[in-house]
Amino acid sequence: MLNDTHIQALSRRSFLMTTGAFGVAVAFGSMPDSVSAAGPFTPNAWVTIGDDNIVTIVAPAVEMGQGVRTSLPLILAEDLDADWSKVRVAETPDDDKIYGNPSFNHQLTTVGSFAVTGYYEELRLAGAQARKILIANAATAWKVPADELTTEPGMVVHAKSKRKISYGDIAKTATVPNPLPEVTKADLKPASQFRLIGHDTGRIDVPSKVNGTAHYGIDTQLPGMLYASVLYPHVQYEKAEQIDDTAAKAVKGVVKIVTLPSGVGVIAETIDAAMKAKSLLKVTWSKSTPAQNYDSDRVLQDYRAIAADWNQPGVEMVKVGDADGAIKGATKVLSADYFSDHVSHVCMEPLNVTVKADNGTIDIWSGNQSPSTMKILGMIVGKTTPDKIHVHTQLLGGGFGRRTDGDDMVHALILALNVPGKPVKMIWSREDDIRNDKLRPLTAQHIEIGLDADNNIAGWRHRIVNESYFARILPPDLFAKIKQDIVSGGGGDMSYAMQNHRVEWVRSARGIDVGAWRGIAAGYTKFAIETLMDEIAALKKMDPLAYRLALLKDDPRAAATLQRAADMSKYTTKRDGGRAVGIAYSNALHSHTAVAAEVSVDTNTGAIKVHHLWAAVDAGQVIQPKNIVAQMQSAMTFGLGAALKEQLDIKGGVMQATNFDSYPVLRMSEVPPMDVAVIATNDPPTGIGEAGVPAVAPAIANAVAQLTGKRLRHLPMTPDRVKQSLG
Amino acid sequence: MTTVAFTINGRPASVEADADTPLLWIVREHLKLIGTKFGCGAGLCGACTVHLDGTAVRSCQTQISAVANKKVTTIEGLSPDSSHPLQKAWVAMQVPQCGYCQSGQIMQAADLLAKNPKPTREQIVEHMDGNICRCGTYSQIIAAIQSVA
Repeated sequence: MLNDTHIQALSRRSFLMTTGAFGVAVAFGSMPDSVSAAGPFTPNAWVTIGDDNIVTIVAPAVEMGQGVRTSLPLILAEDLDADWSKVRVAETPDDDKIYGNPSFNHQLTTVGSFAVTGYYEELRLAGAQARKILIANAATAWKVPADELTTEPGMVVHAKSKRKISYGDIAKTATVPNPLPEVTKADLKPASQFRLIGHDTGRIDVPSKVNGTAHYGIDTQLPGMLYASVLYPHVQYEKAEQIDDTAAKAVKGVVKIVTLPSGVGVIAETIDAAMKAKSLLKVTWSKSTPAQNYDSDRVLQDYRAIAADWNQPGVEMVKVGDADGAIKGATKVLSADYFSDHVSHVCMEPLNVTVKADNGTIDIWSGNQSPSTMKILGMIVGKTTPDKIHVHTQLLGGGFGRRTDGDDMVHALILALNVPGKPVKMIWSREDDIRNDKLRPLTAQHIEIGLDADNNIAGWRHRIVNESYFARILPPDLFAKIKQDIVSGGGGDMSYAMQNHRVEWVRSARGIDVGAWRGIAAGYTKFAIETLMDEIAALKKMDPLAYRLALLKDDPRAAATLQRAADMSKYTTKRDGGRAVGIAYSNALHSHTAVAAEVSVDTNTGAIKVHHLWAAVDAGQVIQPKNIVAQMQSAMTFGLGAALKEQLDIKGGVMQATNFDSYPVLRMSEVPPMDVAVIATNDPPTGIGEAGVPAVAPAIANAVAQLTGKRLRHLPMTPDRVKQSLG
Repeated sequence: MTTVAFTINGRPASVEADADTPLLWIVREHLKLIGTKFGCGAGLCGACTVHLDGTAVRSCQTQISAVANKKVTTIEGLSPDSSHPLQKAWVAMQVPQCGYCQSGQIMQAADLLAKNPKPTREQIVEHMDGNICRCGTYSQIIAAIQSVA
């Protein structure tokens, strides 16, 4: 979870870079530019109603598979009382002054499971406001008091005179009051009357995704469009020192060859010509970056030493009580080191961007997670003003945190600036996509737990060492001010009652970029925390579930979620056939999640087999139940891949995998049955796109420990590492 | 450069390209049939799956010269109106998430059912194992295929 400091910091980044242009946030009361008495009726910036009854609603977050192009309009449609069959979704906007996320300081950025969490109330109020305006117009037309009018889907109703009028018919003559009517929470529909929220409607984008009509960034086709392919160095950020482009230039259709800050781009009339010419480039690269010395194994050992050395300065992430004092005075100290390798995003749609630069006007077509960031970068690189940048956000063929950075857009923009007025579609090969990835950071963690004579936790301290994401994306002075990085160093906080708790994060930069990977830091911190909970339970001779529940007595939602996953898995029933069930809990990404894993281990090969996963999630108010199940299964698949297989080794700064043969993601035959229970509560809705990741790996490791007596502490838990643990 | 004539989705096509140009780029960027996706360029992920004379192939590994006088079917040609039983099942089971791999998944599954209308679960998994879905929609894919098998 990003706290306010971070959000302000991210916002300040926009502010600094836009000389104040982003400074004024006007919320949803503002009027859109396109109000016209003759055209479709636009009661506020979020809704347009046609005389054909079609209701078009703005979905301010980007669709990368998580279902927001359905859930966000649906939230608005609920309080508008719209007929869902008549709802269409508008193009993703790029004006963050109107449509920015209220929980992300009004940026148009879809990250951190913030979309439904951040927009829920604003969209409901916008729907209620539009409904109020429709009712007022009907009241005027019928000359009846507005409070005698009610609505049913798509209609205003006057019961007394048995009259009804459709929203589309109102739209024909309706006027928009100035100022817009105020709406408060009192205007919102009670949950008991929900027709859409909490009911499965089916995803609005699904029909287009079974017939080839869904439009992703890579599908951009424009008149006169050129193509670009870029030769990148194998070590990030090295520069082209010598370029022999004789053969490349001779390829028919090549328009221009452009040297990038790191890379050499070919612009051509066709993608095949661009790719062929790229393959014929002969480039000598510099060998000057710090990444030249980056061997992941060695860096991890360095990190291990830093993690265990409390004299080396770190940044405080959690401080409750006096953990150091409590550990000093403890009867005994349990301590352990944890490691997690780099993992890659490998979105199925390799990164690509289409840019047209024309005399200061820049158009960007891409699947990106942050129209706000695209604008800022476009301004800086294109030397223009935000009003001249138009971000046309398309569907994303996967995002998972990778499509926030905009590094690909910058490259495409530089290329486009070389051919003014011509759209340029730059497509990365899979190899480019992995070599330029912003990986989940390589991480070492050290945890010390002071225990009293009864093995109760007296104090807990935890150090996390890795490279920073925020240090790369924030201006240096700003990062120096906020210091913390929740993406790289977060997830150390716990729901368990803890008197003395200290978490430190240490940034150790080694020249390889890292980024936000689905589940962010919780993907490794919960692995450490939740496997240690099992170890302490064992010392206390308590069942791991019972031990956790005891520590969660003041957090009934967390406890209920754990209990539910346990019940689903028949946790108390002992497995035979060399199987065991492990359990783990996560409070990360705003939601309560628990996972139970039924596992066996082949002690000859070291292979872990996961036979079944059960998960329970409490994400507050449920918007689309089936979508939550699907998102949980998706996130659990990510968690399972990172638990067992995914690892990107780096030697001398060179990624040792560049495609799916050497970077194996889970295939159909490797995914076990997964059952998910969605616990519905009346709490505000929270994120569901990432919450399923963190608890998977510790649940598996806890099951393995039951079977082998050995604690696995290195992700992924590959057969080699399992065999090593068995001695 | 060479000129290659073939049939795509029932219509004649003729393109001029280098003989070794992957069919994928011809389909997507020359003929603008964007439903066929680029995923790995190496035949490892299945996102670019199309039918060549009725059999599933990876279009990124199929040179245009190998397509001469043959019949290519892409997701756009599987049915004119999303009425193929698998397309209907994909909607009913709400299979897609990001959706990028799903054209390839459906084309791969259609190839299976054309040859084996009643596959077992094991046969489905074996046939589909070359198609990656990074979103992890595998269980929904299996359920959708089983629902029409």
